[in-house]
Amino acid sequence: MKTEKALIFELSKPGRVAYSLPECDVPETDLSELIPSDLLRTKPAELPEVYEVDVIRHYTELSRRNFGVDNGFYPLGSCTMKYNPKINEDVARYSGFAKIHPYQPEHSIQGALELLYTLQKDLSALTGMDQVTLQPAAGAHGEWTGLMLIRAYHESRGEQRIKVIVPDSSHGTNPASATVAGFDTITIQSNERGLVDLDALRSVVGSDTAALMLTNPSTLGLFEEQIVEIAEIVHEAGGLLYYDGANSNAIMGITRPGDMGFDVVHLNLHKTMSTPHGGGGPGAGPVGVKSKLIPFLPKPIVSKHLDGTYYWDYDRPESIGRVKAFYGNFAILVRAYTYIRTYGPDGLRQVSELAVLNANYMMHRLAPYYEVAYPGICKHEFVLSGKKLKQYGVRTLDVAKRLLDFGYHPPTVYFPLNVEEAIMIEPTETESKETLDGFIDTMIQIAKEAETNPELVINAPYTTVVNRLDETTAARKPVLNCTCG
Amino acid sequence: MIKHRYLPMTDQDQSEMLSTIGAESIEALFADIPSSVRYPGTLSMSKRLSEPELLKHMQILAGKNADFEQNTSFLGAGLYDHHIPVVINHVISRSEFYTAYTPYQPEISQGELQAIFEFQSYICELTGMKVANASMYDGSTALAEAAALASGFTKRKKIIISRTVHPEAKEIVRTSAHGLGLEVVEVGFSDGVTDLQELASAIADDTAAVLIQSPNFFGCIENLKEIEPLVHARKTLLVVSSNPLSLGVLESPGVLGADIVVGDAQPLGIPASLGGPTCGFFAVSEPLMRRIPGRIVGQTVDRDGKRGFVLTLQAREQHIRREKATSNICSNQALLALCASVYMSTLGKMGMQEVAKLNVQKSHYTVNHATAIGLNKMKLEFSSPFFNEFVLQLPQGTDIKEINNMLLEAGFIGGYDLGVEYPELQGRMLIAVTERRTKEEIDQFIGTLEAMI
Repeated sequence: MKTEKALIFELSKPGRVAYSLPECDVPETDLSELIPSDLLRTKPAELPEVYEVDVIRHYTELSRRNFGVDNGFYPLGSCTMKYNPKINEDVARYSGFAKIHPYQPEHSIQGALELLYTLQKDLSALTGMDQVTLQPAAGAHGEWTGLMLIRAYHESRGEQRIKVIVPDSSHGTNPASATVAGFDTITIQSNERGLVDLDALRSVVGSDTAALMLTNPSTLGLFEEQIVEIAEIVHEAGGLLYYDGANSNAIMGITRPGDMGFDVVHLNLHKTMSTPHGGGGPGAGPVGVKSKLIPFLPKPIVSKHLDGTYYWDYDRPESIGRVKAFYGNFAILVRAYTYIRTYGPDGLRQVSELAVLNANYMMHRLAPYYEVAYPGICKHEFVLSGKKLKQYGVRTLDVAKRLLDFGYHPPTVYFPLNVEEAIMIEPTETESKETLDGFIDTMIQIAKEAETNPELVINAPYTTVVNRLDETTAARKPVLNCTCG
Repeated sequence: MIKHRYLPMTDQDQSEMLSTIGAESIEALFADIPSSVRYPGTLSMSKRLSEPELLKHMQILAGKNADFEQNTSFLGAGLYDHHIPVVINHVISRSEFYTAYTPYQPEISQGELQAIFEFQSYICELTGMKVANASMYDGSTALAEAAALASGFTKRKKIIISRTVHPEAKEIVRTSAHGLGLEVVEVGFSDGVTDLQELASAIADDTAAVLIQSPNFFGCIENLKEIEPLVHARKTLLVVSSNPLSLGVLESPGVLGADIVVGDAQPLGIPASLGGPTCGFFAVSEPLMRRIPGRIVGQTVDRDGKRGFVLTLQAREQHIRREKATSNICSNQALLALCASVYMSTLGKMGMQEVAKLNVQKSHYTVNHATAIGLNKMKLEFSSPFFNEFVLQLPQGTDIKEINNMLLEAGFIGGYDLGVEYPELQGRMLIAVTERRTKEEIDQFIGTLEAMI
């Protein structure tokens, strides 16, 4: 393998083409007669000139420099890197799903509307909510949508509530979404068990509280045992409860956010519902709400006529408006629906049970070698601390890099922020005991290497196409493209 | 326990694991969930299907939709039926790409990182801008983010948006502006393009940005040369939303003085899929570089001096900045950005010009043909220059919805009914003609339409 991979621009040779377009079969007119020449480009965009084999080999080589779930174990905490079923991919490519336009007459897209309607219902049932919007494109987008709904709800009651409360273990998107929705954020410290500190919560709630945003199980993989009391505290103050669904893979069919007292929920279909992460997107972040928030949902939602046909329901005068062009990431929703149908409700419950079994098993086997941040039972993920290894000069980042040499994607590291040298592991339910054991044995070996030969760990990785990269210079003297400099 | 093809745990595995944990049962692992919130029964959801049953079910659902294979589409309005080169699906089906997460571990993500770096380079080339990010949810949310960036940069609260911007994008800008406490002012149009006089009088010293789409929702090409000085005279930012395919022939917004260029990459090899997922792009001039939302990939070197790529300028982002982040976005549309990149690699320097020209020729032929055979029944609504989409005026009282239902029976997906969003444009149809339409299809479509009105 070549050590440096050429950019596609560097493969260019004038005169080569990789495209095949039809001849112009209509009478041609000189372009400048159709469009005034001062609106036309004076200089063509300098795109590469390559042929089809270049294109395929270039991207095939790039793909070989990338690591996905299909390449191996990917225990990235809070990301739910489960297997991405192949049937989902095939189905989403059916031309009846891939080649349809949202502005077509409603009667010509009844299959798509039926799917969306059913998915709204299924996700409502799964979360214990009364209605779901499928528009949001991602988790963070769902958070923002949910917070805008909460804002509209309070405004409709003539209340000015400007504060959103988040625990210190929350995802960074929670406070960022609150800011973009026009709220101020209050961060509260977790208690010694890693859970919401009820006294800390009581001390900050008040007449200005818009909502508490909570991930349950939390990013520490812990279930908030006092969720009923938490909900009471927030509701008594007139605030609402927002459920960040990033960790829903732990609770399907076992407990529902709606039953815990949450008013608004987003789900990450690219986590819990197995849709592929795509190297960073696309995802989908549907939002479910209790009935009192339904009037504010983004328009349209999909509704059903008495005659059994489906339609885009725009009759929502109190709606917060639109949050995404067209109707959300439909092709992702097709995959999520397909996934739900491969399991059914009992199967989904089993998914959560096995995800939790796998996480507890790994935690117990690793506990003698890496400190468990919060011992006890965990849900679908758990957090270790790499601080024991600091005495040998080895940090969590080094452990992560060393794992690359053994063919594993590392866990999430340095998150959540309230655990020193955090290592956050989420195995998911689609990994076998053999895979878990292989990873655990490797983690144990690395802990031993750290003690006996720390240099080996500190200088890892050795087997990748590049070794550790200079991120500081990248940020100080940014080179962000190869054309305009 | 149900046996399932994605679940490997045998009964023996489970009992061994439970004994390692020291738990009696899986149920014991859920002891921390209060019984008052436990769900007692089986959820009322869609039932499980076997693989063959599920394939059949999905085929039936898909079969209830009229697609662009069985029907000939003249519908655009922000989502187009362009040719998708065959190689694209092969590339994005490489599971090393589609089953990967965000490239946070650069040593094993060089493929994705380089692909994004190349995407950023492509977007800069097309738009004439200095810096592009790794992509946004779609063109419309990118426009809303541009308004937010402009407000933060200028410390001003007023956003001006042309009525010729896509109506859904306008709605999203409004939703987002409400969250941020920004005021949104619309300016009207004249002959299908932004009314320059109205624009000039609307811009004031408190205007953060002017949002223009070109080619606009009506397909007309805005005169950015005249708009730019009006905007910059007040130190307001010029935000241009552009159709990237049109930039094969149209002057780049960067050359024309735009500060931020956004758009949707759907025309570049991304299936329509009922409107999503697509891929927004976001490019800025150099002074705005450290305020750009979303992910950015930069080039650097490893310890041996070997070229490599990393996510960079992360100090802007939510996982570091939390409530002080420039945006809450924490993903990009990587797989769709890959579609767009493969498209541009495939079309290349010559193909991007050729495909854009085909769109111009075919759409103009369609207008000529319609006005020639339609006598006075079909007229071009606006005389402003257009790219691949135009507004056709049908006889007064024509019910476009009804016409579209009839067209569908004849195998055509008709144009967009402008009366829905623009009361003054009742009886006007927005028609898109891409390189995929043949002269025969165009003639048949216009003939069928003419016979109906």
